[in-house]
Amino acid sequence: MSQYVLRRLLIAVPSLLGISLVLFVVLALAPGDPFSELATNPNVPPEVALALRAKFGLDDPIYLRYLHWLNAMLHGDWGFSFVSRMNVDTLILQRLPATLYVIGSAQILALLIAIPVGVYAATKPYSLFDQIANTLAFVGFSLPTFFTGILFILIFSVTLDWLPFVYTTDIKGTGIRWVLEMIRQAIMPVAVLGLFQAASMTRFVRSAMLDVIRLDYVTTARAKGLGQAKVIVKHVMRNAMIPVVTLIALQMPAVFGGAIVTEQIFRIPGIGSLLISSILSNDTPVVMAVTFVFACLVVLFNLIADVLYGWLDPRISLR
Amino acid sequence: MLDKELRSMIGDVKDGRMDRRAFIKRMAAVGLTAPLANQILALGGVAMAEGASTYKPTKRGGGGALKLLWWQGPTLLNPHFATGTKDQDGARLFYEPLACWDPDGNMKLVLAAEIPSIQNGGLAADGKSVTWKLKPGVKWHDGTPFTADDVVFNWEYAKDPATSALTIATLRDITVEKVDELTVRILFNKPTPFWADAFVGAPNTIIPKHLFKDYMGSKSREAPTNLSPVGTGPYKFVEFKPGDLVRGVINPDYHMANRPYFDTIEMKGGGDAVSAARAVIQTGEYDFGWNIQVEDDVLLRLEKGGKGKTVYAVGGDTEFIALNFTDPNTEVDGERSSMKTKHPLFSDPAVRKALSLLIDRESVKKAIYGRAGRTTANFLNGPEKFVSKNTSWEFSVEKASKVLDEAGWKPGTDGIREKDGKKLKLVYQTSINGPRQKTQAIVKQACQKAGIDVELKSVVASVFFSSDVGNPDTYSKFYADMEMFQIPLSQPDPSQHMRRYLSNLVATKENKWQGTNFPRWVNKEYDETIQAADGEMDPVKRAALYIKANDLMYQDTVFIPVQHRLKVEAAANNLRPVVSGWANETDNLFDWYREE
Repeated sequence: MSQYVLRRLLIAVPSLLGISLVLFVVLALAPGDPFSELATNPNVPPEVALALRAKFGLDDPIYLRYLHWLNAMLHGDWGFSFVSRMNVDTLILQRLPATLYVIGSAQILALLIAIPVGVYAATKPYSLFDQIANTLAFVGFSLPTFFTGILFILIFSVTLDWLPFVYTTDIKGTGIRWVLEMIRQAIMPVAVLGLFQAASMTRFVRSAMLDVIRLDYVTTARAKGLGQAKVIVKHVMRNAMIPVVTLIALQMPAVFGGAIVTEQIFRIPGIGSLLISSILSNDTPVVMAVTFVFACLVVLFNLIADVLYGWLDPRISLR
Repeated sequence: MLDKELRSMIGDVKDGRMDRRAFIKRMAAVGLTAPLANQILALGGVAMAEGASTYKPTKRGGGGALKLLWWQGPTLLNPHFATGTKDQDGARLFYEPLACWDPDGNMKLVLAAEIPSIQNGGLAADGKSVTWKLKPGVKWHDGTPFTADDVVFNWEYAKDPATSALTIATLRDITVEKVDELTVRILFNKPTPFWADAFVGAPNTIIPKHLFKDYMGSKSREAPTNLSPVGTGPYKFVEFKPGDLVRGVINPDYHMANRPYFDTIEMKGGGDAVSAARAVIQTGEYDFGWNIQVEDDVLLRLEKGGKGKTVYAVGGDTEFIALNFTDPNTEVDGERSSMKTKHPLFSDPAVRKALSLLIDRESVKKAIYGRAGRTTANFLNGPEKFVSKNTSWEFSVEKASKVLDEAGWKPGTDGIREKDGKKLKLVYQTSINGPRQKTQAIVKQACQKAGIDVELKSVVASVFFSSDVGNPDTYSKFYADMEMFQIPLSQPDPSQHMRRYLSNLVATKENKWQGTNFPRWVNKEYDETIQAADGEMDPVKRAALYIKANDLMYQDTVFIPVQHRLKVEAAANNLRPVVSGWANETDNLFDWYREE
């Protein structure tokens, strides 16, 4: 087991190197300039902008820039933002709590809806409940978050005036009031993201359950006289969860990576909005750091998912 | 003649026979900006008036929280590193300049004690130096007194190229010296008619010497105070999250009486302009929204029964279409739009003239800019009244067709005009931005009616405005026949703006397309006019020269002005913001208050 993990970690090194190389080259070849805003400011002579480019090493050849970046990364230096003139790790750590809170809550909400609904729908396929759940799931994942987000804002903020639509990180008040405000302002983004995720996950759970529920061993378990609840939870769910775990594990990096669209709509200062504003302003060190960390997390959670298989199904042996 | 008249008018103002306002109006009639008219008075021996204040509260504080919404939040708070106005806006909450500009283009004192003039000895008659007296008793937020050393330090700090400050542009060609603890003198190396640039306005605020002196040059990025400013402003720094939030709290020792009004201030970043307008005008979650570039009919809809309104400020920003005087389709020595070529179509002045008749400025205003735009025939729109009176514009497809017919451009079988085998086909590029694409469509339609085929091209703004030498789509490479954007007039003086189009500043491969003359227009008379204006200390002659420069551009149809654009902001109904078209939105923040 530990040997397996070690081997997987070693394999991850070259793949991460490859990912970083591809990311870096794509970003370096992408058009644009972090100092483009200076170009239309008549007060700034072009040679000043040019000197800045040289100072930040933007005129060096790509391979040199990549080696510099790699060397710094190995020393724990994530780079220096062109736009904010501060260290990228500080910038990212500042944004992490909001993303973890909002996207994490949305994932939990999605699981809390998807698993019970999916399981129950699978136990009674084509019943009224199943039909309704299916229809709603279809509607849910056909509606993009930028649409539902704006719809929610129009209904709950503009018309009803119940919820704020600008997320603030410095809520006034302490103790219980602070907690309530934090929950209040997160309701809309969490609902938008959570319902969207729940919709596709429900379909997934349902079909995974249906695959297992018809197997002979389930019939055997029922024939032994076990109750419906015990059969579903102990026998069916455990086996049906294997693909679901994969899906969840692959979603976990998103909890750290943020949700670009939702964060932009509700002005949540998370990683997603940092990423998009950095891309728009061509702040490559930040884009590089965020995407690379994201890549590391994907590799890591894949490994975790594989290890979990062994626990869920002892027949899968990890060598 | 104009000169003589001016002298007698200045005399009238001095003796009190004419009031200042009437003088400024008369100046505007000959095309002088209000700030310039004020400066003329200063040079003529009448002190520049300080802008009147509309501030009503009679005590400091008590105004609660002021919530600002900047849909692009500041990403850094050191004014010397500010790459855009958003950063200057954020830094201006805490740092202050010597003086700033009010909505009428008058100077307002901030850290300076008086406006330099010839009588008080502040201005040298030859225009080669200006002496500023500083307000006594001003303290930095940490209690250290503010002195002339701080001002001198800012110059030393920024002019060192290793610091990589962007304010180097303003400060490198001047010398700043300390006269005494509360007096600084700025020396110019040539007569400088517009002396109010360094240390004036939000882009040129002053940082404290005692906290930055150890972080000059290459160490500048390590200064902890880069992210936690200690200034002299009305609000003290509390918290900063780049791109997201800036927070401040009232400075109880602020040096202006009864100011500021608000107890706390918050500047939230992120999102987009439309939802920012919604949060201010419709739901009232925020008090003020910055730079609301939203179509007018959307704003009108939001304003109906809303909690806020839009606020406009007139500056000198002109949205224009520039015509390429070189050939973008022929490559010479690895360079398109080379100075060795001539534009095959635009070398005929009739084609340029016809194009200017085909830009329906009124429709562009009606359909796109609404209250945020004004039609104009001039490239230089100065403050509200800085308009050359010698120009006019009209939209007429018939006239354009006639001009083309007379010049020998006859419609071909496909309806597109041609002459000597050259077809009137043009590529028209601009940056990606809703109003710009709509303007493109309006222009294309009119051109089609006149037999000109226009191909539209839109480039992402971060590419279009980039200085990336490797990219073919930048505005300075200008690999198209015409292009549209605007260059903000960021100070109430046209000199920097107009100097861009000197013949020796043409953008070429040789200067890595860093030359500022992107239309590649060469006109000897223009060069002479601008050079004369640069060294002209007589304000009226100087102004006349800039009007002439504008008219030369008009005659040659270098630029076709599309719209004179106003600043648009959103404000809560009871907020009384002071916003100037000549300054950043937060430049007059000390005068903001809320009507009870």
